[in-house]
Amino acid sequence: MLMGYSFSDLGSILVMQGFAGLIMFSVYLLMALGLAIIFGQMGVINMAHGEFMILGAYMTYECSRLFSAYMPGLFSLYFFVAIIVSFIVPGLLGMALEWSLIRFLYKRPLDTLLATWGISLMLQQAYRSIFGAREVGVNLPEWMMGSTHLSDSIEIPINGIIVMGMTLVITAGVYLLLFRSGWGKQVRAVMQNRAMAGAVGINTERVDRMTFGLGCGIAGVAGAAFTMIGSTSPTAGQLYIVDTFLVVAFGGAQSLTGTIASAFSISQTRSILEFFLSGSMAQVIVLLSVVIILMLRPQGLFVLKVRR
Amino acid sequence: MKSLLRDRKTALFVLVLVAILAVILPLVLEPFRLNLVGKYLTYAFVALGLVLCWGDAGILSLGQGIFFGLGGYCMAMFLKLQASTPEATKIQSTPGIPDFMDWNQITTLPWFWQPFHSLAFSIVAVAAVPMLLALIIGLSMFKRRVGGTYFAIITQAIASILTILIIGQQGYTGGVNGITDLRTLNGWDIRTDHAKLILYFVTIALLLVCLGGAHFIRCSKLGRILVAMREREDRVRFSGYDVASFKTFVFCFAAAMAGIGGAMFTLQVGFMSPSFVGIVPSIEMVIYCAVGGRTSLLGVIYGTLLVNWARTSFSETMPQVWMFAMGALFVFIVVVLPGGLASLYRTYLDPYISRLLGSSSKAPVHAGREADHANG
Repeated sequence: MLMGYSFSDLGSILVMQGFAGLIMFSVYLLMALGLAIIFGQMGVINMAHGEFMILGAYMTYECSRLFSAYMPGLFSLYFFVAIIVSFIVPGLLGMALEWSLIRFLYKRPLDTLLATWGISLMLQQAYRSIFGAREVGVNLPEWMMGSTHLSDSIEIPINGIIVMGMTLVITAGVYLLLFRSGWGKQVRAVMQNRAMAGAVGINTERVDRMTFGLGCGIAGVAGAAFTMIGSTSPTAGQLYIVDTFLVVAFGGAQSLTGTIASAFSISQTRSILEFFLSGSMAQVIVLLSVVIILMLRPQGLFVLKVRR
Repeated sequence: MKSLLRDRKTALFVLVLVAILAVILPLVLEPFRLNLVGKYLTYAFVALGLVLCWGDAGILSLGQGIFFGLGGYCMAMFLKLQASTPEATKIQSTPGIPDFMDWNQITTLPWFWQPFHSLAFSIVAVAAVPMLLALIIGLSMFKRRVGGTYFAIITQAIASILTILIIGQQGYTGGVNGITDLRTLNGWDIRTDHAKLILYFVTIALLLVCLGGAHFIRCSKLGRILVAMREREDRVRFSGYDVASFKTFVFCFAAAMAGIGGAMFTLQVGFMSPSFVGIVPSIEMVIYCAVGGRTSLLGVIYGTLLVNWARTSFSETMPQVWMFAMGALFVFIVVVLPGGLASLYRTYLDPYISRLLGSSSKAPVHAGREADHANG
């Protein structure tokens, strides 16, 4: 017995909160993957990352609206279309941003931080003008609602399973793309030594643009997952940006395994603490412990051994 | 010779600033507007600290709102206790404690509120509490050679944590509304126009003291080490300087100034709330500094006034445009004008003013070399 809960109750709470945490884990992981690619590989601090996520969320919302208005028969499949749209649109916007602004600032990382913050303010206002200041939520198709019962006291939401599956596929895809493909080799070559990579014939500017676009696109997919746990509003992305940076820094900026492990531990701890404490205290405790751990171990949990 | 000219010029510019702030503005502005200017000036304390921290030493802190807020809260706690005498709060179920505590079913004053009954303690705390936190953050980060972007992100995370904490612990901090309904400072009503005028002049005086302090640091050898750290940190370290201690010192100094600014903010505005603590205000304080010119002490004061004045007039007339304008300002300053307004002044106006002030600097290059020799 602990705090009036029996052990079987506690077990169920852990499993259910753990699963609720898995959707949060998906959002964190996808956001952090995008950010880890941009920050870890390119050294650019993208403060507008949350706004790219919210763009993905708005794309999902628009897809659900269009499908229910024009193609109600296909409504049950809209989420898959939405994922693709919410990857492509933020990705293209990200490439445009890289081309028009970021590429001038590669040598000044602190300045990219301020400039992208400016971009994020402009994007927020743009969303407010285009989509309205009101919070919006998406309607889920019939088959994604409800939950399966594993036992009497444990239920697991179906949309959570789908989001998890999607996250696993994308994470695997990013891994294959960065570490098993020719293009990934080019990306890593550019990041390790830009001049040499250019000298052996890699088009470094194009690689930069594609990398930035990829990171923003993945943030957009995170937005599609985000519609499951929160309602979309112009400023919702801002709340996630610091958490995501902490996830990336906690995991060690250049390590994919580290990002996954830190996203998992942060979201799970938070989700489980949220059951016992108030939401804000859970957040404070988790963020504070991450900050303290980072102060003691600034290089993050997992460090890629690179010769500098 | 050149240093003499520069001192005359510095004195002239400080005089111009004092004339604008202390004579022209009080004469032309109505009390409400003057109070707004006083409020903007409290942000200038933060911007001055950022000049030392960011402009000189190259440490970008995105958490200056923490220190501004802590200073403001220290002052607000004192004023709130003054406003919550048992006679004034006798309708509460527990008289003598601040009203928001009563609403949150708290019956005794928490321990960390107790010392704020004393004015002397509160005034010390306004600078000491931010400094203490900055000392802890600075020592733990700089000793481990964390700098640059990581430092920026972690200070931002701390700002976010503090905001969530203040909002979450409603009974102890007043929650999202903050500490409101502040009335008197040791029996002196701070809400009258006359009091606000006096507080405005106190703000200017304190700002000038901080300006002098910051100028003194920049002119001393310490200031040179700060700039050297920004340019080549490892060389400074190899020369035998303890880089971490210098960084911690300048970070604490900036934090103390921000705390003083926060306290003056509370006094003039009459409340303190978490909306001046978090990520958004902290990063806006950085842009005040960037607009004025991150390496110019006088520049950032004008920059702060300008951005805030623009914000007020935009949000009064067309609030939708303001966010776009603010965003565009960030991008423009970073890409086109990294030196801020001060760099415009240095390129276009400074040559004329030097000539007007005295033609003794015929050969500036030579004079510069002389000055270098004189300094060893």
